[in-house]
Amino acid sequence: MGLDIRLPIGIIFTVYGGILIIYGLVVDPAIFVNSAGVNIDVWWGGAMLVFGLLMGLLAFRASRRAAP
Amino acid sequence: MHLHIVDYAIIIIYFVFVLGIGFALRGRMKTSEDFFLSGRSIPGWITGLAFMSANLGALEVMGHAANAAKYGMFVNHFYWLAAMPAMCFVGVFMMPFYYGSKARSVPEYLRKRYDEKTRTLNALSFAVMTLLVSGVDLYAMAILFQRLLHWPFGASVVASAAVVAIYIYLGGLTSSIYNEVLQFFLIVFGFLPLAILGLKAVGGFAGLKEKLPNPGYAHTWANIWHASQNPMGINWFGTIFGLGFVLSFGYWCTDFLVVQRGLAARDMPSAQRTPLIAAVPKMFFPLMVVLPGLVAIALDPHLTKYLNGRYDNALPAMLGKFYPSGLLGIGLTALMASFMSGMAGNVTAFNTVWTFDIYQTHVNPGQPDRHYLKMGRLATVFAVAVGIGTAFIVLRFNNLMDYLQLLFAFFNAPLFGTFLLGMFWKRTTAHSGFWGLLSGIIAAAAHYSLYHYHVIMYPSDMAANFYQAIWAFSVCVVVTVVVTMFTEPRKEEELVGLVYSLTPKPRNQDLPWYERPGILAVGILALCTVLNIIFW
Repeated sequence: MGLDIRLPIGIIFTVYGGILIIYGLVVDPAIFVNSAGVNIDVWWGGAMLVFGLLMGLLAFRASRRAAP
Repeated sequence: MHLHIVDYAIIIIYFVFVLGIGFALRGRMKTSEDFFLSGRSIPGWITGLAFMSANLGALEVMGHAANAAKYGMFVNHFYWLAAMPAMCFVGVFMMPFYYGSKARSVPEYLRKRYDEKTRTLNALSFAVMTLLVSGVDLYAMAILFQRLLHWPFGASVVASAAVVAIYIYLGGLTSSIYNEVLQFFLIVFGFLPLAILGLKAVGGFAGLKEKLPNPGYAHTWANIWHASQNPMGINWFGTIFGLGFVLSFGYWCTDFLVVQRGLAARDMPSAQRTPLIAAVPKMFFPLMVVLPGLVAIALDPHLTKYLNGRYDNALPAMLGKFYPSGLLGIGLTALMASFMSGMAGNVTAFNTVWTFDIYQTHVNPGQPDRHYLKMGRLATVFAVAVGIGTAFIVLRFNNLMDYLQLLFAFFNAPLFGTFLLGMFWKRTTAHSGFWGLLSGIIAAAAHYSLYHYHVIMYPSDMAANFYQAIWAFSVCVVVTVVVTMFTEPRKEEELVGLVYSLTPKPRNQDLPWYERPGILAVGILALCTVLNIIFW
């Protein structure tokens, strides 16, 4: 089938997670007034990063098994 | 809504990835089967998520959030009463015929079961419907672009259409399916925080109930017994039979847009599992669309603070209210992802039906395979171009959902009658399929004109759609049965693999229990019943 869809999903979520975490740490915390004072960028960015890395890992393992 | 550079960056990265997947798959499209059916090679979990995602267009996301703001939890019926049983039914009972008969499309199955004229009638009506529907997603995406980037409506429509056209042109159904899986995860990650933040803001579920303008909004079933007691003005018969049976089974079981994803699966068990895997996230989707709609109406009961007088604004308005920059970019990307996956589903279904069932059959048969591959790509461009036109038709309607259910009531509802009789009653004759389907569509048209000119009245447009579906379906079934009685049935040996009673059942004994379609379906329905009781 060629392209493993988990790879692009893994990459985009890792990138998005990284962007959100960095942005959430450097930005003025006043913007989190609307989200009930929670730094949702860092938290949700962390969740996306973990998901992205997991997908990337699964794709990596599958490619190792396919090409011994 | 105020966007920062980080939000723009997130949106741009998304577009780069979507187009990148199309380019990565470009070289793999060698035959027409590759382009239209992904070479029947995709694992079940991917086709399952694509099945779910192809249905997650503008109607699903923006439309149901708007409906929840307008009608309350009654909207849950679209999920738990309508989608769940129909998705289980198509997976367990119908997929074996679609996949097993090697039909390349829904109309092609009709040719095998009935005859050429039934197929052509269905192919034409499906092509028209799909083109009319595909404009809806373009319209929604253009409205979003217009608000974010302040582009004019026309330019926004063309720009969003171009992206979808490019990735399907390059990678066909595979590209569409792969992008749908990516879009599915983006939609989940983009909308889930909205449910969490929204609930937190109104003080949890108890606080939400208190703030709703009408206590009935917090119930799915409690007000169904009398039409006057619920805001949609539909009683239990219209809801259960019209929506729960005719419209939902008509859509999930016969609409090629979703069935096509199952046909791309690599084997029969994967094809059967496709709708069942899709049913699991679908079941929990009210959390992501109905809940934000309820929060919107709880915070803004007079539609003056955030909603700007339109229910359709519910979801984007809540994104703007709760999401800080950064997450806002993710939320808007999710919204665009949903519009693109909905549009792409329509385009891939159209180009297949056009190429196989109309062009190859009637216009130019007997050409080499490469010719039809090229035609599929041309049809993609054509479908997108017409979609641009229909986006302007949608602009003239003021409610997306009514427009769509109207189209479904015209075309899908009678078709379901044709399928039900064809698959489960071996006596049904070739002629009866055609005449039943035609009279069902005519009945829908007649009902629509009577309603349009106020000869018959309903409390809401949605009620009219439900009853139109019931009439179209019933007329189709009655005419099919009557014509069958007066015409010769086909020989039984011609119907093996096409009719339930004449086809050997798929053997699943060697599969582990969690991969058996029947067991999965029972589990899904049990879980769904629990949800219905909790939110009664």
